[in-house]
Amino acid sequence: MKVSRTLAIPYVVWVLIFTVVPLGLVIGFAFTNPDGKITLENIFEMSDYMAVLFRSILFAIAATVICLIIAFPAAYIISRANAINQSTLIVLLMVPMWINFLLRTYAWMTLLEQNGVINRILGAIGLGPYQLINNSGAVILGMVYNYLPFMILPLYSVMVKIDQSVIEAAQDLGSNKIRLVRKILLPLSMPGISTGVIAVFVPSVSTFVISRMLGGGTNDLIGDIIEMQFSGNSYNPHLGSAMALVLMIIVLFMMSLFNQFGTEEDVAL
Amino acid sequence: MKSISSKVYMYILYAFLYLPILVLIVFSFNQSKSRANWTGFTLHWYADLFRDERILTSLLNTVIVALAASVLATVLGTMAALGIHSMGKFGKSVLMGATYIPVINPEIIMGISLMILFRFFVAHFNFQFGFATLILAHISFDVPYVIYNVLPKLRAMNPNLVEAAQDLGCNPRQAFFKAVIPEIMPGIFSGFLMALTYSVDDFVVSYFTSGTTVETLSVTIESMTRVKVSPKINALSAIIFVVITAILIIKNVLENRRLRRDMALSRAALKEARGK
Amino acid sequence: MENTIISLRNAVVEYDGEQILKSISLDIIDKQFVTLLGPSGCGKTTTLRIIGGFAEMASGELFFNGVNIKNLPPHKRQVNTVFQKYALFPHLNIYENIAFGLRIQKLPEGEIKTRVEEMLELVNMRGYEKRSINSLSGGQQQRIAIARALVNRPKVLLLDEPLGALDLKLRKDMQIELKRMQQDLEITFIYVTHDQEEALTMSDTVVVMRDGMIQQIGTPQDIYNEPKNAFVADFIGESNIIDGIMRRDFLVEFAGREFVCVDKGFEKDELVDVVIRPEDIKVVSQDKGAIVGVVENVVFKGVHYEITVDALGYKWIIQSTMSEEVGSIIGMNVTPEDIHIMHKSEESR
Repeated sequence: MKVSRTLAIPYVVWVLIFTVVPLGLVIGFAFTNPDGKITLENIFEMSDYMAVLFRSILFAIAATVICLIIAFPAAYIISRANAINQSTLIVLLMVPMWINFLLRTYAWMTLLEQNGVINRILGAIGLGPYQLINNSGAVILGMVYNYLPFMILPLYSVMVKIDQSVIEAAQDLGSNKIRLVRKILLPLSMPGISTGVIAVFVPSVSTFVISRMLGGGTNDLIGDIIEMQFSGNSYNPHLGSAMALVLMIIVLFMMSLFNQFGTEEDVAL
Repeated sequence: MKSISSKVYMYILYAFLYLPILVLIVFSFNQSKSRANWTGFTLHWYADLFRDERILTSLLNTVIVALAASVLATVLGTMAALGIHSMGKFGKSVLMGATYIPVINPEIIMGISLMILFRFFVAHFNFQFGFATLILAHISFDVPYVIYNVLPKLRAMNPNLVEAAQDLGCNPRQAFFKAVIPEIMPGIFSGFLMALTYSVDDFVVSYFTSGTTVETLSVTIESMTRVKVSPKINALSAIIFVVITAILIIKNVLENRRLRRDMALSRAALKEARGK
Repeated sequence: MENTIISLRNAVVEYDGEQILKSISLDIIDKQFVTLLGPSGCGKTTTLRIIGGFAEMASGELFFNGVNIKNLPPHKRQVNTVFQKYALFPHLNIYENIAFGLRIQKLPEGEIKTRVEEMLELVNMRGYEKRSINSLSGGQQQRIAIARALVNRPKVLLLDEPLGALDLKLRKDMQIELKRMQQDLEITFIYVTHDQEEALTMSDTVVVMRDGMIQQIGTPQDIYNEPKNAFVADFIGESNIIDGIMRRDFLVEFAGREFVCVDKGFEKDELVDVVIRPEDIKVVSQDKGAIVGVVENVVFKGVHYEITVDALGYKWIIQSTMSEEVGSIIGMNVTPEDIHIMHKSEESR
């Protein structure tokens, strides 16, 4: 068995080069200027972008909460279906997930635009046209649409383990629906909720594609600003790294809040 | 799904998930370029799609990158899982923690951090952005999924299996290839498939690590949505939708069949045992 | 005639700084059914693993037909093992599981086929060739595991609690079958179990172990009738173990009076353990009994009644074909041959 331990050596080297060193470089860049001098000015410059940062967090929280509200009953309903229905419903949930998310977001572009499908239909019955795209609602909608399965799946996987007899026992003991949810379902689903919250919040708070496609440049998020520092016109990887560092801290804070320095089982979606 | 209200709820939910995609597909057959006005049926966007040099090239690039990255990630990840499995508690938790980073780290941070690393490589060694950077980046986010798929198989393996093989005349090498590898093969395979799908699907990391010479399909799609909108994208979505749906349905059917067969077999075994 | 096939000399095994085996020496005689018996953690499985080549000795030697094989890897030893949880290969069907060892030896296909079929016949599993492992019951998997080991024609077969997972009825059948196989094939079986009844039924030689040390080696009759110490006596069947004093040769004092016995060679007035089997105590009327007590409890056990009697501060256990009334006063007698005297082992009881 001593031999097999050495099998991990290539991976250890890999982790060092492609995970540890890059993160170290980000931290290094965040605290230096283009001349290589140690500085805090990138961090100070972040204050210009506080509004963007605040908006990113707000949008991500909104998307996460909406996902949770939609996903909770859905996951419960799936978990109480019979085995064959369960696997069919889960597969149906996965199909859109495996379609490139750019295409999914693009689909919403065509639905929401000024002379898009929804406004056409509304127009046919004499309403609108409304401004449905390029606003904060459209961005949050895009997040919810793209990441909703990330909330349903972990919730489902914990709920499916709740024995029907536990629920029946609670009902037998006189729990009404609200009490059943508050006293039984919610506590028992907690691990799934934390996984789901992280799985929706992290990609939402860091996205730059959804905000660009559905926000129309008026609702830039921190992801957009970071992206611009690396491949846009305002090339400044040092400032970009400082922003990335702040983003990482937000993510770490969220994870510690939900106690998710977890095991691999949590992410095996 | 007992009550009507839960049925209605699920229908609305799935309609929300599928309607945008279906609208997209419907308009791939639309004669005019309009994305909202139906003017008649046509297949010429599909024909255009297969004549589009840029899309075809990036499709090929995606296949090359995804295959190369997931094969290499499978080898690296399987070796890593075997190593981690035989490690002590401390080494195991450190390495599993490091493995967790690419999974939980926002994609954009993984993208820009690798970009900075590769820029450093370019500046100091004879190194170019292109296939190499893409494949290296993809391996990095693929490996954890291979490890997560292989490790449970190793844990579930009967620890005497290797000894049994050695007992029956295998040297350690033979025991490894004849007892361990076949035993964890399902995990290796599902890890490979997962790596493959993540690679094909990836946009953010590819966007930052592809450079200007090599474009993957996602990168191409993104730039198409940015400048000129063409129903070719709709046609492409329709094809991808059909392929993915077919794969998942086949997989589901096979799994259900295996589930039923396993249930039947264990029932038969139970009956036999009782009969004795 | 009786030649030693395996010889273990002063075997010491350490794990995490703790001694699992404390210098064990053991000779295994060819073609015998040898059982290593003891409670869990006594080192019996470790002893088996040394012979199989899966455990390393901190010190000590292991001889196979006179050759030191201490450093020989498992795949080069002429022994095969039946593992506790069978350890069949789930990815292979039954035929391929049994053929596994033969394929490693690269035998011709025809010979593999004959030998596998021979084995399936031996374990009563003909017609199961194509079945998968998962479709078998525990007892059937057990048979395949035995066939897979025996097909390689080992000189010695090691069995690690092979019947542990089976239910009682199946266990009894398999015990008889294993014994038959061992006699038909004329090879050595080394069998690990914690079940004393199993050990007594099947073995030619029983090795009783405890805390990494051998307590006694002998035939089942020896072990049962002449246990060397109170631990062996207690582990092999139920026993009444009473503190006694050896007054002189052939005379022991316990339960407040002196008894004639057949043991000698103890020091005068040595404190000893007196062991009396429950079935060796005869119930007599009160006036004829050497010991008199009150019946506390009677349990019907099928073949006999188990009677607990309170006498002179001890709870005596008696097996009798006749029931006694709870609360009645009875007499008990025991013949000198059935009184076993043992040195008090320093850490026993």
